[in-house]
Amino acid sequence: MQVILITVLVLGAIGVVGAALLYVVAKKFHTHEDPRIGEVESLLPGANCGACGRSGCHDFATACVAADSLESLVCPGAGDAAMKRIAALLGLEASVATPQIAVVKCGGSCEMRPRRVRYDGIRLCSAENAVGAGESMCGYGCLGCGDCVSACRFDAIHIDEATGLPVVDESKCTGCGACADACPRKVIMIRSKGPRGMRVWVACSSRDKGAYTMKVCKAGCIGCRKCAGVCSHDAITVNGNLAVIDPEKCKLCRKCEAVCPTGAIRTSNFPVRKSDCSV
Amino acid sequence: MGTTFNKGGIHPAENKTAADIEDVELPNEVTLLLSQHIGAPAKAAVSKGDRVRRGDMVATACGVVSACVHTPISGVVTKVDRSLTPYGYMADSITVKADEADHCDDEVRRKNVEPCRSIDELDGLDGERIRAMVADAGIVGLGGAAFPTHVKLAVPKGLKADVLIVNGAECEPYLTADDAIMRLCPDEIMGGIKLLMRAVDVKRAIVGIEENKPDAIVAMKRAAACCGVDVTVVPLKVKYPQGGEKQLIFALTGREVPSGGLPVSVGAVVQNVATARAVYRAALYGEPLMERVVTVAGTARPGNYRVPVGMGINELLKVAGGIPADTGKIVIGGPMMGKAIETIYAPLTKGSSGILVILEREASRQAVMPCIRCGACVEACPMGLEPYLISTLSRFRMFDEAEEQKVTNCIECGSCSYVCPAARPLLDYVRYGKATVAERIRQRKKKCEDK
Amino acid sequence: MENMLIISGSPHVHTSRTVRSCMWHVVAALVPALGCALFYFGLGALAVVSVSVLSCMAFECLIERYMLGRRPQLSNGSAILTGLLLALNLPSNLPAWIVVIGALVAIGIGKMSFGGLGCNIFNPALVGRVFLLLSFPAQMTSWPLPLADRLEYVDAATGATLLSRIKMGEVSADDIDLVDNALGLVGGSLGEVGSIALLLGMIYLLATRIISWHIPLSIMGTVALFALCIGSNVGVELLSGGLLLGAIFMATDYVTSPMCHKGMVVYGVMIGLITMVIRHWGAYPEGVSFAILLMNGFTPLINRYIKPRKFGERRMAK
Repeated sequence: MQVILITVLVLGAIGVVGAALLYVVAKKFHTHEDPRIGEVESLLPGANCGACGRSGCHDFATACVAADSLESLVCPGAGDAAMKRIAALLGLEASVATPQIAVVKCGGSCEMRPRRVRYDGIRLCSAENAVGAGESMCGYGCLGCGDCVSACRFDAIHIDEATGLPVVDESKCTGCGACADACPRKVIMIRSKGPRGMRVWVACSSRDKGAYTMKVCKAGCIGCRKCAGVCSHDAITVNGNLAVIDPEKCKLCRKCEAVCPTGAIRTSNFPVRKSDCSV
Repeated sequence: MGTTFNKGGIHPAENKTAADIEDVELPNEVTLLLSQHIGAPAKAAVSKGDRVRRGDMVATACGVVSACVHTPISGVVTKVDRSLTPYGYMADSITVKADEADHCDDEVRRKNVEPCRSIDELDGLDGERIRAMVADAGIVGLGGAAFPTHVKLAVPKGLKADVLIVNGAECEPYLTADDAIMRLCPDEIMGGIKLLMRAVDVKRAIVGIEENKPDAIVAMKRAAACCGVDVTVVPLKVKYPQGGEKQLIFALTGREVPSGGLPVSVGAVVQNVATARAVYRAALYGEPLMERVVTVAGTARPGNYRVPVGMGINELLKVAGGIPADTGKIVIGGPMMGKAIETIYAPLTKGSSGILVILEREASRQAVMPCIRCGACVEACPMGLEPYLISTLSRFRMFDEAEEQKVTNCIECGSCSYVCPAARPLLDYVRYGKATVAERIRQRKKKCEDK
Repeated sequence: MENMLIISGSPHVHTSRTVRSCMWHVVAALVPALGCALFYFGLGALAVVSVSVLSCMAFECLIERYMLGRRPQLSNGSAILTGLLLALNLPSNLPAWIVVIGALVAIGIGKMSFGGLGCNIFNPALVGRVFLLLSFPAQMTSWPLPLADRLEYVDAATGATLLSRIKMGEVSADDIDLVDNALGLVGGSLGEVGSIALLLGMIYLLATRIISWHIPLSIMGTVALFALCIGSNVGVELLSGGLLLGAIFMATDYVTSPMCHKGMVVYGVMIGLITMVIRHWGAYPEGVSFAILLMNGFTPLINRYIKPRKFGERRMAK
């Protein structure tokens, strides 16, 4: 009996001392954080992608709470609705950001751009890029090892097995730009999503001369300037054998797509044309 | 037993067969890449239709670290445009086509041109003059890295070199180009060493040659004995990567280049033997760097060939007997540090020390096994790094940790990948980690400066 | 040129050594010791070795295929090696079902639960042996006498090992004939007999550069020094028990030993010290297995804190 009593007393005493210690430490080292920071953070995706320019979601939330206006504070990952709720929470005006999306500027699928050499190294675009121009011998095109896929924190980009090219999932892509940074060849571009997702872009990054581009890839931009000639909005510039469409100026008329001899100009989310149906 | 460096190192099969140097007939057309060296590409100084003579400068150095380019054949410039490099990229180049009227270059080459100055005049040249001459001749390091030589000879302010290290180690398997040059023209190398010593203002030079080249050691020792300056020829124990700058300096002087530091911070300047010879020929004959000795291996007629820069790799391979049908890989440089090429329809450059044809069955990498933590890579690393660790850190993108483990110290010698019994691509990952960490360090510095 | 050229980063040549060849070299180095065991213990040795090797291979194969869903790679020899090393750590009269349990623990818990080849923290064979030692102490410490009853398996005449006899005070270390000891004419597990055979194996491993001298010599050196200091018989300490087997074959296991030479020496010295402490002040007569397992646990720590000196770093401090 006595043994049990002593045990209980000793353990109880240790417990009391421990509790007191914990209480003192908790009091002494307590830091006050604005509870709104936590609330704002809970509205954010929590991917810590850095697309807002801050080091992470907590940092962004802290900045939001501290800021007088949300003008330069936009989380592309959360989207407009979430930004509005954050603004409401803080009693501020949400700034409207144009939704961004990642676009792949390479159309060199396996079929269009046959393999000329075999790469026998680690499956890492940056590693393959350091070895040479890559399997297709296009020095600008996608290497297809998926550095962008592993960089994406929203599971929004995947390599299509059939084409060997990355495909962006529009519903998931937030336009944070992690894939564009990871790509050693800067094949991925971040641009505005476009009205109802309608976009026209050049799916090629090659600045090689047309003749060489044509030799290695059937889908490459050869810098023929036909698109620039047909564009009535002055949205297309051809620089260094490569056409570039300015999303700000493009009026989505799709004349350029029609004249492009190699099919390097791509469009997305346009309603089906009547003429297309009849064919 | 010769001296050697202190850490790591491996002994790959040497596969060297001493061969003399054979002259390759000048081709009818050369394509001179403007970026044959480390640094900024040269700027074309001729335009289409211009007539050039052998030895004319066709592109000038552009910026501090750059080298000019000369044509090895006389003829007409047919193209100033982009053309294919061996690695599959398109790059700026100048194409010169020989014309009927002017086809005596081969004779000129064979006759051994007249000196443009006497030996006495040569001894009277001062460092400044020599460096300018080297720059004008477009000389780059011929060991393989192709770093512009005149830049290396200009010792940075506040530092003082006291010894010239001449690299005759040629530790890469297969390559025998430097061996052949040392055996056949040791006096030209000695002449070059004398000039280089004056260019960097040192009183002492050490030539390091691996013991598997006994004839070269004898020839160089004989030449050193009667050259009149303090040149020592030191036999080195055969071990790869003996020819690495830091390893060679340690083997010959016992000095350790601090990590991130230049060799000159321990008072040493390293030059390759072939570079020394090129310097001598530039000074004595006014001959710019437009030809080099290339070891060809794996073809029907392997050997050492004196090849004009800009000649197509396919043409050289044809001269060397053609490539076997089951060719798997063609490498420029040695098998340890050379680069695999994507096409043979591209020109040779000043840095091409060898062309290696590897059969398909030997070229493919073995299946990767799990790491068995045998420590062979740690034992082999000449920089005292832990390749198994830094490759894993790089693979999992833990770049801060990789930086802590000094991934940037890696000299990419490939010893770790070579010895790994599990055939893991250690260097592939380390290289990736090294590049990424180096980029991050640059970004950080830039940020600091911006602030 | 019809073929597609291959491109890859350097180096473009590779050593002929593979994981498989490393493993088979170690197996080859064990041949003299195995021969010794067969000579001394006859049928029993044969039974234990074959049961151990076969069950290790079977367990590895089954676990790889049905639990991990990978293609089993028995040809790399690591399962065979584990089986051999486990057998060499067992008495020759151990019933087959106990050997099978040992193999299951060695492969299943010691190796596969960590992820298979290259991932384990502890030496699988030793995990198996220590498990058996703790679970079946009676069977695991009745050692058949060498050269007696070579045609018997389970019922062979038994006796205690030299070290336990010394520990019990039955014999004094100075009375022992070192030649007998070296030749293996004392009781013990399969691999403890025949020191000369084990040393032959070590010479083979050193000559083929499968192992470096650092681990075995630092273990032996430490044991010898320690024995000298406490006035014990150096020869007996070195030649008896599982010390040689442990120092040459168990402690040098690639996966569970440190990566760099400096670390290997620390590891070896610590194994030697722990072994001697257990032998002289511990409850067990022999402590090599425990010492190696303990230091296996410390290997990651050694790898973390004892690193090779990096070239060019020393002068930076200036």
